[in-house]
Parts: sequence; C-alpha cells; structure tokens
Amino acid sequence: MCLAVHARIVKIDGANATVEVRGLTRSANVAFIDSPAIGDFVLLHAGFAIRKWSAEDVEEFDRIMREVEEAAAECGEEEKS
Amino acid sequence: MSFSSSLLSLSRLTHEAGRPVKIMEICGTHTMAAFRSGLRSLMPKGLSLLSGPGCPVCVTHDGYVDQSIALAHRPDVTVTTFGDMLRVPGSEKSLEQARAEGANVRVVYSPLDALQMAREQPQRKIVFLGVGFETTAPAIGWTILQAAQEKLPNYFVLCAHKTIPNAMEALLSSGEVKVDGFLCPGHVSAIIGSNVYEFIPRKHGVPCVVAGFEPADMAASMEMILRQLVEKCPRVEIQYQRAVTPEGNPKAQETLKRAFVECDSEWRGLGMIPASGLAIAPKYAAHDAAPLLAGLPLPAAKRHTGCRCGEVLRGAVTPPECPLFRKRCTPSTPIGACMVSSEGTCAAYYKYATLKP
Repeated sequence: MCLAVHARIVKIDGANATVEVRGLTRSANVAFIDSPAIGDFVLLHAGFAIRKWSAEDVEEFDRIMREVEEAAAECGEEEKS
Repeated sequence: MSFSSSLLSLSRLTHEAGRPVKIMEICGTHTMAAFRSGLRSLMPKGLSLLSGPGCPVCVTHDGYVDQSIALAHRPDVTVTTFGDMLRVPGSEKSLEQARAEGANVRVVYSPLDALQMAREQPQRKIVFLGVGFETTAPAIGWTILQAAQEKLPNYFVLCAHKTIPNAMEALLSSGEVKVDGFLCPGHVSAIIGSNVYEFIPRKHGVPCVVAGFEPADMAASMEMILRQLVEKCPRVEIQYQRAVTPEGNPKAQETLKRAFVECDSEWRGLGMIPASGLAIAPKYAAHDAAPLLAGLPLPAAKRHTGCRCGEVLRGAVTPPECPLFRKRCTPSTPIGACMVSSEGTCAAYYKYATLKP
C-alpha cells in the first residue's frame, strides 16, 4: 500500500496538478510539497506528491535500476555456464 | 556503492559480526521487493530477513472489515477503498464477497477519487476506508479537511489508520522476537522523518536504517546495519536519501495533526497498542463514518482455527510453519490476511516458495 512512483509535473492549478508517469498523464495533488513547478520530478503516492525529486535523484534511481538489471543478467549468465 | 559490491560486503560483514544476524523489514513493500528481486536468495548464510507488521491491510482487524461490509449494505452508502482491502477476510466474508451479494463497494486509486464522487453524487453517502500508515494517512486527512472546507456533508472516512513507531516499540518490548536491526519503511519515513526512530537504538540498542525499495537500496541498507553491529554503534541512518530526511515532510505532518488525533489501536496479531492509531479529530467528526454504523448488525468476531497470521506479523514464525499454509490457505482461498494482500508475507512465501526462506 505504501508504493510510490516518480512522476513529472506538466501542469499546475493551485493544489491540483497534472503529472506524467511513464508516458501516461494523470491528476495529482501537490499540497504537500514546497513551490511545485512545471518540470519538477515528484514522488507520487495515492495521487499525492509526497516529495520533490531532483534530476540527480531520478538519475540515481535509473542507475540503480540499470545495475540491478546488469546483476540479474550476470546471474543468468552464470546459471547458464 | 554498487549492488554487486554491496552483496560482497554483506558476506564479509556477516562473517565479521560472528553470529547469525536477523534483520526485520517493517514494510510489506520491502517484503515483496526482497522476494521478487531474488535478494533473499543472494544473502549470505547467517544473515536473514524477518518480515514485520508493515502491511497495513494485514494488520487491519477483522472487525473493521465487518464494519465496512455493514456500511456497504446500507442502501444510501457507497464504500470506496484501495483495491488491497477488497479480499481481506472479515469474520464471515470479504468486501469482495459482499459486493458480489449486492453491497455497494467501489475501488479507487486515490481518496481524491472518493472526494470527487461525493461532489458528483450529493444524494449518496460516500465512505472511504481509511486504512494505511503514515504514508497514506496525510492524503486521506487532506480529503477530510477539503470536505469540511467545501461543506460536503456526504463525504466520510471510516478511520483505522495506524502509526509505525509504537508498533516497533511493542515488538521490541514483548521480547518474543530477537531483532538485530530494522529496515525502516521508506515512504512512511518520507512523511514522519527518521528522527522518530532515535528511541530504538537509544533504548534497545538496535540499529535502524531507512531503506529504499529497490534491491540495491535494500542490500546497501543491510550493509549499513551490519556495519553498525560490527562497530557496536547502533544508530539511525538514512539510506533512502532520495525520499527521506531526518525531519520528514512538514506539510504532510501538519495535515496529520489537523485531521487526526492519536488513539490506541487494535492490530491483528499484535493486539491493542497504545497510541499507535489515528482517529478523526473532533473538529471534523461530521466526516467520521463510525456513527453511520449505529443500529447495523455486525457478526460476532470469529477466530480462524490454526491460522498463525498473528505470529507471522510479529516475525515469530515464517509462513511455512503455519499448518494451513499451502493447504487450506492459498491466494485463491485465503484464510489469513497475510495471504490476501499483495504485500502480505504469506502471499510472498507462496509465490516465491522455491527461493531461500
């Protein structure tokens, strides 16, 4: 239940925003973050942005995912050999 | 530190610790992530993960499900809920079974969807099931405050929110399970901050690391816990710095303070824990769904003979130790809540049973 995904704000109207999540857009509430702006990355839980993410955070997340995929691929190779 | 080097460090540090080390992951999302990613199977001998009580659906009491069903049978009520709650067994049935019998139950993605339904259907009472920890409670609190501001008389919350730190205290104080370190929940901590866990190393000498949800985050967090054990210097650290600060999210905390008051709460498997729940603040009592239950028939509480969900939630046993696991209790015929929830420990063991326990 505590799952959250990262999203990018594409439109803002007060506490209501439109965010893009992996190519899909949906509405979100940005009342819990400071100075939300178009282009900001946020961590989204149950329709609410609970934290801003910097571009570095997104980069780190992507790097972690790449490393895990590489490690999984290495394990697969070892199992085959 | 890369994922591969973290895994190597886990082996070395476990060896240096010189004894078996049990780390409890509090959060159900961590439980599922550790199984799904295969992280458990990559952990060295002597290092094990115990699942804790951090699946909000799993710790929700049967009686709450019974109340939700009773409300959903009222002809003037629509019960709205996160999908996780749908199949959780109550004393006699689940919300899903009640819906099949005609009860009005709708699954929503966000409490904002429920609030919108209340705006669009003023003739109906829209009840949102307020289940979840500090990650989720601010969102629901916000809808309560918004309903009050908009003077929406038909939006209600049936509140069973729970808070994590006092449950951790209850687990440690019981002495039933020896825990060498906690992987603290990442998104709960994004709201409450990491400072709230300071009492754990201070009072109990147990390391706490707030962990992210990717396997590399979890491996790095376990490495941090092992380092603390080897250095004999238990403290609170944040691995999940992308989302968590020591102070947490002040705006979400403010919403929690306005919308709710602290209360004692009944946890499935852990019993009544003082100051571990949230009730709707008296100022917003008009949006509390509890009074709508007046006069509604509720089934008598029923004990499921043999189900060891409670002990699973306390980390006292693993699911294969339950006599019902994989026999009478399966994902298609769940007896305990831990088999129902996508984040439940029994469901994780069932799905990934071929992996190392």
